[in-house]
Amino acid sequence: MQYVLLFNEAKAERDKREDPAAAGPYWGGWTAYMGAIAQSGVMVGGNALQPPETGTVLRVENGVRQVADGPFADTKEALGGYVVIEVPDLDAALEWAAKAPCAGAGSVEIRPVLPPPAA
Amino acid sequence: MDSARHPAVDLAERTARASYGRLLAMLASRTRDIAAAEDALADAFAAAVAQWPRDGVPINPEGWLITVARRRIGRGSAHGVVVDRAAELLALLEAERNSAEPPPFRDERLALMFACTHPAIDRNVQAPLMLQTVLGLDANRIAAAFLVDGAAMGQRLVRAKRKIRDAGIAFAVPDPADASHRVEGVLAAVYAAFGTAWDDVLGADARLAGLREEAVFLARLLAELLPDEPEVLGLLALILHCEARRGARRDATGGFVPLHAQDPNRWSQPLLLEAEAALRRAATYGSPGRYQTEAAIQSLHAHQRMTGERFAPALARLYDVLASQAPTLGVVVARAVAYAEAGAPELALAQLEALTGTGSYQPWWAALARVAWLAGQPERAARAAETATGLSADPAIRSFLLSGGYRT
Repeated sequence: MQYVLLFNEAKAERDKREDPAAAGPYWGGWTAYMGAIAQSGVMVGGNALQPPETGTVLRVENGVRQVADGPFADTKEALGGYVVIEVPDLDAALEWAAKAPCAGAGSVEIRPVLPPPAA
Repeated sequence: MDSARHPAVDLAERTARASYGRLLAMLASRTRDIAAAEDALADAFAAAVAQWPRDGVPINPEGWLITVARRRIGRGSAHGVVVDRAAELLALLEAERNSAEPPPFRDERLALMFACTHPAIDRNVQAPLMLQTVLGLDANRIAAAFLVDGAAMGQRLVRAKRKIRDAGIAFAVPDPADASHRVEGVLAAVYAAFGTAWDDVLGADARLAGLREEAVFLARLLAELLPDEPEVLGLLALILHCEARRGARRDATGGFVPLHAQDPNRWSQPLLLEAEAALRRAATYGSPGRYQTEAAIQSLHAHQRMTGERFAPALARLYDVLASQAPTLGVVVARAVAYAEAGAPELALAQLEALTGTGSYQPWWAALARVAWLAGQPERAARAAETATGLSADPAIRSFLLSGGYRT
């Protein structure tokens, strides 16, 4: 089965990206983690994301585009990246989720990918 | 009407009761689709009731039911929405047909129980889900025992089954590294089904007593499937100790008889011996745990009644151990009563008063009645007993508390 692991980082964890003293170990941890997934052969794809401040939100209300800066600030955890993996079951996905650097400084949401509908 | 029933119908129903969990576990373990397996099994049983009286009972009734149920699942998913799943199933059915010999009838119930109590399943639905899948209880019966609306319980069960199927929760016995942690989940579900608090506190409400027999069955089954898990044996011992006393808990008029007034001659000797044997075997592993401690407490209670010796200080110490292993509200309340019985009612009162969120927790009020009485505060005890009475759903408990049962 395919699962998406959504990596939610606490703000303090996210801020390490901008902290010269912490950025090295921060990125080192993620590089090693993504490398391990890739090497094990379960990686389908994935990306790190720019911080939430860079996000833009669009809604169409009554046919009019509403574009806003966002998402809303001050949420404690924010999506920092994701991977898609192919593993036999939820327990295998949980094993990978537990190794994510943000598992101890945020959370990981595990969502099964919806299989394509029958033709 | 019953005398006119065909014996084949009886056999179909007996097979249904005895093998439901095994058949369902086997069907669902391949597809993870519990709901589809339940439907298929229900159809297979209906077919058995219709066909066996006419065509004779098959040599291997369980094998017949499995084959019919599998065929039903195969047909169902041909119209299914998910290509993968249908293809997988067709392949399985093909393999099944081509196997020259019937496959060994593997008992997948343990795997089913681990799936039902996976930490990814809502904790509140784990026990109901296990009762439904392993024993085939209907949602209304389970709902009544857990004091939940039938429709709400039905929905929770449906959601949980969907989650197992769609989230890819494995039907597997976990690796040894994970096993002890995961066993806790299975044990907690059986414990919840049994609703043990009923013997711990004098006059506490026995809410879940309706599922007793089912819990006994599950505890025995677990001990059979996981014979080397000391906590499994501990839970079995605990449940059997309580079960042994069942007949003695009510007098001839249906009144509640507290443990200290029960006639040990009315306890079930075979169950008591089975309980003690399980606890002794658990102890040989030298790996203590909360269920073993709770069983030891019940064992000590039984010895106290049978020998006339008082073990109050030892019981208080065991409750200290239990409170460190499982500091739940029920345990801390029961510990206070043990302290009061052991001659420390003031300390017990302080323990009860230190708890919060007990306003409508019936065992707390029942315990307060007993502890306040022992602390020489009869008026406070009477008021607490009244509140406990008001919070009780059991008429026998109500009249026990109202008639001052907490005083003796």
